[in-house]
This record gives sequence, C-alpha cells and structure tokens, in this order.
Amino acid sequence: MYDVVIIGGGVIGCAVAYQLTKYELKVALFEKENDVAGGTTKANSAIIHAGYDPLPGSLAAKLNVRGNLLAGEICEKLDVPFRRVGSLVAAFGEADDRTVRSLYERGIENGVPGLRVVTGDEARVIEPNLSEEVTSALYAPTAGVISPWEYALAMAETAVRNGLELHLSEPVTDIRDGVVVTPKGEYGAKYIVAAAGVCCDTVEKMVAEPDYVLRPSRGEYYLLDRTASDMVRGIIFQCPNENGKGVLVAQTVHGNVIVGPNAESAEDKFRVNTTAQGLAFVGEAAKKSVPKLDLRANIRNFAGMRANTDRDDFIIRFAAKGFLSLAGIKSPGLASAPAVAEYAAELLERDGLVLHKKSSFVDTRRRVRFASLTDSEKAELIKKNPAYGRVICRCETVTEGEILDTFDTPIPPVSIDGVKRRCNAGMGRCQGGFCAPRVLELIHAATGIPREEILKDKEGSVVLSGGRI
Amino acid sequence: MRDVIVIGGGPAGLAAAIKARECGASDVLIIERDSCLGGILNQCIHNGFGLHRFKQELTGPEYAARFISQLDGIDIATDSMVLSVTRDLVVRSVSRTRGYTEEKAKAIVLAMGCRERTRGAISIPGDRPAGVYTAGAAQRYMNIEGYMVGRNAVILGSGDIGLIMARRMTLEGAKVHACIELMPYSGGLNRNIVQCLKDFDIPLYLSHTITDIRGSRRVEGVTVAEVGPDRRPISGTEFDIDCDTVLLSVGLIPENELTRAAGIPIDRRTNGAVVFENMETGAEGIFACGNVVHVHDLVDYVSAEAERAGKAAAEYAAGKRAGGRITEVAAGNGVSYTVPQRIRTSGCGKTVDLFFRVRSVFRNVRITVSSGEKTLASYPREHCAPGEMEHIVLPVSLIGDSDEITVSVAEDK
Amino acid sequence: MKEMICIVCPKGCHLNIDESTLAVNGNGCPRGAEYARTELTAPVRVLTSTVRLVGGELERCPVRTDRAVPRDRLSDIMAEIHRASVTHPVHIGDTVISDVCGTGADVIVTRDL
Repeated sequence: MYDVVIIGGGVIGCAVAYQLTKYELKVALFEKENDVAGGTTKANSAIIHAGYDPLPGSLAAKLNVRGNLLAGEICEKLDVPFRRVGSLVAAFGEADDRTVRSLYERGIENGVPGLRVVTGDEARVIEPNLSEEVTSALYAPTAGVISPWEYALAMAETAVRNGLELHLSEPVTDIRDGVVVTPKGEYGAKYIVAAAGVCCDTVEKMVAEPDYVLRPSRGEYYLLDRTASDMVRGIIFQCPNENGKGVLVAQTVHGNVIVGPNAESAEDKFRVNTTAQGLAFVGEAAKKSVPKLDLRANIRNFAGMRANTDRDDFIIRFAAKGFLSLAGIKSPGLASAPAVAEYAAELLERDGLVLHKKSSFVDTRRRVRFASLTDSEKAELIKKNPAYGRVICRCETVTEGEILDTFDTPIPPVSIDGVKRRCNAGMGRCQGGFCAPRVLELIHAATGIPREEILKDKEGSVVLSGGRI
Repeated sequence: MRDVIVIGGGPAGLAAAIKARECGASDVLIIERDSCLGGILNQCIHNGFGLHRFKQELTGPEYAARFISQLDGIDIATDSMVLSVTRDLVVRSVSRTRGYTEEKAKAIVLAMGCRERTRGAISIPGDRPAGVYTAGAAQRYMNIEGYMVGRNAVILGSGDIGLIMARRMTLEGAKVHACIELMPYSGGLNRNIVQCLKDFDIPLYLSHTITDIRGSRRVEGVTVAEVGPDRRPISGTEFDIDCDTVLLSVGLIPENELTRAAGIPIDRRTNGAVVFENMETGAEGIFACGNVVHVHDLVDYVSAEAERAGKAAAEYAAGKRAGGRITEVAAGNGVSYTVPQRIRTSGCGKTVDLFFRVRSVFRNVRITVSSGEKTLASYPREHCAPGEMEHIVLPVSLIGDSDEITVSVAEDK
Repeated sequence: MKEMICIVCPKGCHLNIDESTLAVNGNGCPRGAEYARTELTAPVRVLTSTVRLVGGELERCPVRTDRAVPRDRLSDIMAEIHRASVTHPVHIGDTVISDVCGTGADVIVTRDL
C-alpha cells in the first residue's frame, strides 16, 4: 500500500515526487514511457517565465511567480543549468504599447519583482539585434532559461535517492477503488496524484468524467546552432494581439537559439510533428523581432504539445475521493512546476495526509560537465579517470566519462536520446551523426542490451532495425 | 617545441604530415580524434579512389594504407581531441592516454575534414522517429560495425555517399525504393548513377524532395513531391513511399569550429578558411587543407592540396616567410568560389593552381581569368558541373601587378 | 536500341546502342563506343563488401574482388561473402575466397586489421 501514487513522469510529476519524498511517505511514480521528461517536458520553449502573463488571482499567477523563485533554489541545489537572463515583451506600435502597459500592471499585481517598461531604444540596448520597429517593451529580469529535461530528471533522480519507487514503461490503464492498475500489476494507494500532461483527461476519466475539455495545441520550433547565439542575449517575446500570441526568440541555456512556437490545434495529441507551413510561419514571425535572424543555422526542428483546455487557468483539485488531478498544466507549467508540487502537497495535507519531514532527505546532486571546466580542472580530472580524456560528442565536447556517469545515476538511460538528455551528447550541430554509433556502443557495453535492440528514444524506436549483417 | 602539428589524421592530415617530414620538418605530430588513422576512408570500402594519383582503383582503406605506410618518424596521437588552436600556435588537446596537453608548434596544419548536413539543416518537416540517418552514419554502422540501419530505405540527395549507400544496402538485401534529388541534376558521378542506381533499378527522382516524414517510433513512410524552378514543392504532385529508413546525402560542411574559435577568417562561400596559394590561412603559420578548406569530390585532389600545405608548413617552420603583394582571386560569372582566394605571386613558382566550382551544368564553355576588362587567360571546357571541381593552371607572369583577378565561365562563341 | 549514360569520363554522353548490330551513336569519343558494347554484351563490376572478422577489435573486415566480375554474378558472390570469415590479424591483399563462384576472381582483404 502506497501513501501516494503519482501518474506521469513529466516535470510536474517529477516535481511532485521530489516534494513528497521530503516526507516520511511511501511514494511510487508510474510513467508510460521508458524515461522521465519524454513528453511536453522535453519539447517546449525551455523558459522559466517571470509571471506577468497569467490573470491576477488565478492559480497560474500565484504558482508561476512562486515557481520562478523556487526554480532558482532547486537548480542551485540539484545542479541544473538555469540562467536568469531576463525577458522582453516587444511592442510594435501603439496597440502593443498599451498591451505592454497592461502586462506590466498585471505583473505588479501578481507580485513579479523588478518589472520595468522600457522604450524601444532602451530595449535595443538590452537586445542589440532587436528590430528598429519595436516601440516599447516590458522587461522582466527574473525570467530565465533552463534545461527542462534536466530539471525534471534532477528532481526525479533526487526523489529516487530519497525513496521514490519509479516505474518506467508502465502505463496506468485503470484505477479501481484506489487501486492503480498497470499491465504489470495492481498498486493500492491512499492518494493518487495525476500529473499526466496531455493525458490528464484520459487518466481522470478512470475515476470521474472531467468537467473540462482538453484542447491540445501543437507548437513548432527551430533550434539554431550556437554560432547564431550573438543574435539574442536573453528572451524576446512578442505582444499577444489579435493575430495570435507571437513567437519568441531566445538564447537557450546551452547557448543555442530557440525560435517558436506557433499554435495549431491538434487532432492527435500524440502526434508532435512539424509542418512546412508551421515552420514557415514561425520563421517569418521571428524575423519581426530579430530581422537579422538567419534560419540557415538551424540544427533541429521539433514540436511539442500543450495540455491546453477550455479553461484559462490550471485545473488543480480533487476530481474524486483520494484522486488529486493536476490537469490543464499548460504554459507557464514548466515555470510553475515546483510550486504546483508544493500546492499539491498542501492539498493532500489538508485532506488528511500526514506530512512528517524526513531527516535523512538528500537534497544535492552534482555531475561532471567537462566542457565548462578550466584547463587545470580538465587535466586533474583526466588524471583521476582517463575516460574523461576521450571526447565522444565533439560538437558539445562530451566525454566518455560523462556518458558512463549517466549509467551510475538513480535513473540510468536506456536510449541514445536518454543519454543525450543526461549529458548533452548528440545535442550539437551534427545531431549525433558522429557520436550516436559510439554512444550506442557505450550503451551496449554498460547495459548489455544487444546493439540491434538499442533505442533512439521511446519503445519501438530501434536504431539498427535491419539487424546484423 | 614541435616543427609541425597536423590536426586530423584523415587523407588530408596524412599527406600533409608526410610531405612536411619530406620537406625537412623533423618533429611532426598528427593528432587524430578517432582510434585509428585514415578518417572517413576507413568506412568507404567501395573502390574508385586513387585513379588520378595511383592510376588504380583502390578502396578507401587501401588508399589510406598507401599513406599510413609512410609515417616513419612522424609522431601519432590517436584518440586525441583538440580543444583549441591559437594564433600563437599553441594546440590544446585531451586524450585518455596523454591526458590534457598544451603543445607549441612552429607551424600548424588544419585538416579536420567535414561533417554531413543533417535533417535540421534542411528542415524536413514531419515526425521525429528513429530511422533517419545521414548516409555517412549509416555507412559506419554497416561497414565498420556490421549492422543494417533498416530494410526499406529512401535516400534523399544524390551525392556520391547516398548513391554508394543505395548500392551497399541493396547488395546486403535491403530494398532501396528511390533516390530523391532536389536539383534537376545529380550531385554524384555518372559512374555512381549507373553502377549504384541503374544496376539495381533504383529510380532517381530529379527535381523532387521529401516533404514529410511519418512514424511515431520508427520511420513508417515519406511523402515526396516534385519541386518547381524555385525548388519549392509543387502542390498536387505528392506521392507516398512506405519505408523504415531515410538516408540523407544532402551535402557536407567543412568542420571549422577550431578555425573560427582561433579567429581565422572564413570564406562564407566555402565555409572554410580563406587561404593563400600555399594553403596558409589568415593566421600566420597556420595552414589548412582538404575538406576543411572546401569540400572536394576526389580524394586524390585532397592529397595533392595537403602536400602543398605540408610543404609550406615545413618551410614556415624552417623560418621561411611568404610575403609580397597580394592578388585577390574573385569568383565571377558562373563560378561559386575559388581556392585559393588570395595569391602572393612572390611565393609562387612559374604557375599557380586555381580550383573552383561552377554554379550549374555547362557545355562547351570557356573558363576565363581576367583582370579588370583584360582577359589574362582562357581555357575551353566541353563540360562543367557543380559536382565536379574544376582546376586550371595559371602562369604567374600573367597576373603581373593585378590587385584582383576574376575567374568566370562564359559561353563559347 | 538501348540507351545508356557513358561513364568513361565526367561528360556523361547519352549513348544509343543497337542491340543486334552493336552500332553506337551519341558517343563523343571511341572509348564511349567500346564502353557501350561491353556494357551491353558483358557488363562487369568490382564488388566490395565486408566479411566477419574473428578475434579482432572490429567485427567486420572490408574486402573486394581483385578484378571485375560479371554483373549478373554479384548476388551469388555476395552469398559466398556472407558465409566467409577471416581471423585476426589480416593484411591488405590476403585472399579470403579464391576463384569466387568460378569467376576466376579472388575476394581479397582491403584493410590491415
């Protein structure tokens, strides 16, 4: 019997697990895929929003501002790449100027620190490549860029270190009288916390008919080479207007440039494809903010799915007895994640779950990042372990040592993309063209999985499906 | 201090190091990131290499072996990755066995080669399943590791690597459904069109592209469409092909991260360093050769270019400095780039070799070299194509005191 | 009439050859006519592939036929190559299969491993 079963291993589920393992509780997390952070968590703008966007008084407003604050603390403790680079919401003309002003007022009401309305010229000092057409902007210094998958992973790994029972590749197929059913077994739970992202409605239906309608929305992106990083220092948003929400241009925490997204209502919430039209729209729209942007530096396109609903706000409440549903967690869900988890714990406690702090809670995590070490640190490290002297991913300078380290973590990778999410191998300009065969070899050596069964990412994504010659 | 450090142990680095040693450099080091020398040649097991140089059709490994056997007296550091090169000629590298090292050289030769363009570089829309590989990655899996990436393939791009892989996969029992080429002509050699596609009845679709890749976990199929003269898909011409693999042979990019980080000027057209007639880059004492300078179609020319770089590096290490007035070489009508981009006539012998690529397929044309309005030399050609690097030998005396000479293609009248 | 592209040089002449008389047109030089006749009557190719390497660091060893073999025998030779293996160490030129499929050609090693 578990005190709490969490359904879903995205950033929300991982944050909840991290929060709940701080207490003397028996907690399990079920994820349908073979890794955490494999859905919307890995395919989004990778931004910790400041919190001026949600309507004052909404849950999203409260949790975003709080989540932004917590992100700083957690990333520090758990060694997650996060930089508060600040964001601009750019206005193009008088109507937008009014929007900027009202976002500013909203932000002040939401308690966002440091907000400022700046002139176009001031904005161009902050972002030298910003369009001459920009008339004013809202500057939010607390907005930041993050590695979203490492954020989720770090929280999940820490949770596992502190007793979380993690069940990967185990989809929840039914919930009966507080018993969670999967193809592998049945698990009794005092409380169930559903953090199922775009599957929130599917999971909620197992206990009660949802009182909201899921309206999944697909967003497409470009990710540009680091050579383009001089195009943008922080995050540049556009004002939402009658033509849509606008697209962003930002320098990612890894030094690439991210451009996107559009918003297309999706017929199939599991199909996260890009389209020629979508990408063309994104490219055009981005050039409005940064006219010099050169999309020929593109190294990857991807799309993500938003768990949008017919409601404006997050939908967080007990949908049935013992079933806490964290539904409709769309943007700013990533920014809000740790605050959502805190709030979930508070709701569980109010419902009667006893929360006793664990004295033994381990709240640290560190990993070697060879590329960012000084020369003497590199020399020292290779002396200690020669595996750090063998560079496997040459684009991102990721060493064999770092890849081998991932197999010693609480949630070892089972795929080439799993390795990528843990140490950046294959994230660079050649997109694994050079290192993927070598990473595959290391996975084979570390896990014993036959080469012809090794996955690119999810179950079924076999790399060498043609088998042995 | 080393005389010459060569970065890269592929065909360019090997030839440069051997030549530098021959020309008097006694302390030469090759730094190679892979565990063995030879670079990409090791996985190019097909024949056709060395026709110009050795008058023989060698396979890639055989071609490499001709050079590897001449390395006596040259230091080799394999499994070593160079982290940076500086203009004061210091090379920082790491390796399992050597640890972190900083070495100073009297001259450096950059021979890092190139990498393949990826799906991202050409923004093919669709899903992101397993089964999409660059042709070179698939070649490595097959020829070095001994695994098939799939059984039902479509190849995008008709560059030579794509064509070679079409044959290789077919011979190993896979079905290659089509080779799709965006341009109205193939980027590969006719010989490969015949022996890799026609021999196996693999259709080549010119002026076509892939507009969608489908598959939730592994590739399930692609949509192909004809493209117009603007190279954009023509609506209504789409057709689907079921397949489990997409191989991309859509171009190569010189691998110049070290070059850029050293602040060495790069030519936007070649994506390689701007070089002088002796393959010296904009940084004194740093030379470059092979695919890191511009993408070659024949390894024979890589070796020859690398020997020029190796010789010049040895001379530089011995204290000889190139100098004198500089003549810029401009790419004129119909020419996309030239190598070298700059000539110091005082450093040349009687002639200087100019390499360049034309912008489209030409028949019965004249290559002209001009200075201002004045034609200095002209060379008739029955056939020129972008896929085949052109080469002319220009008498240095004709350059005179021109500040700039222009290479162009003109219809023969 | 059969059409083919000449591969003797990069020009790539479009050749037409009469199957009964072996008369060729479209060729820019005599070598083109010769090529067309050989391609029509007895096309030959050098075959390259890999065989299993036992006891080495790598699992595959590259090989080729030491001369051109009839094109219509390629798949038979591939079947032989699939059955073959070599044992570490090997050297360029070592014979893996002699007189493969009775073609008179040997399959030889192309890399020192």
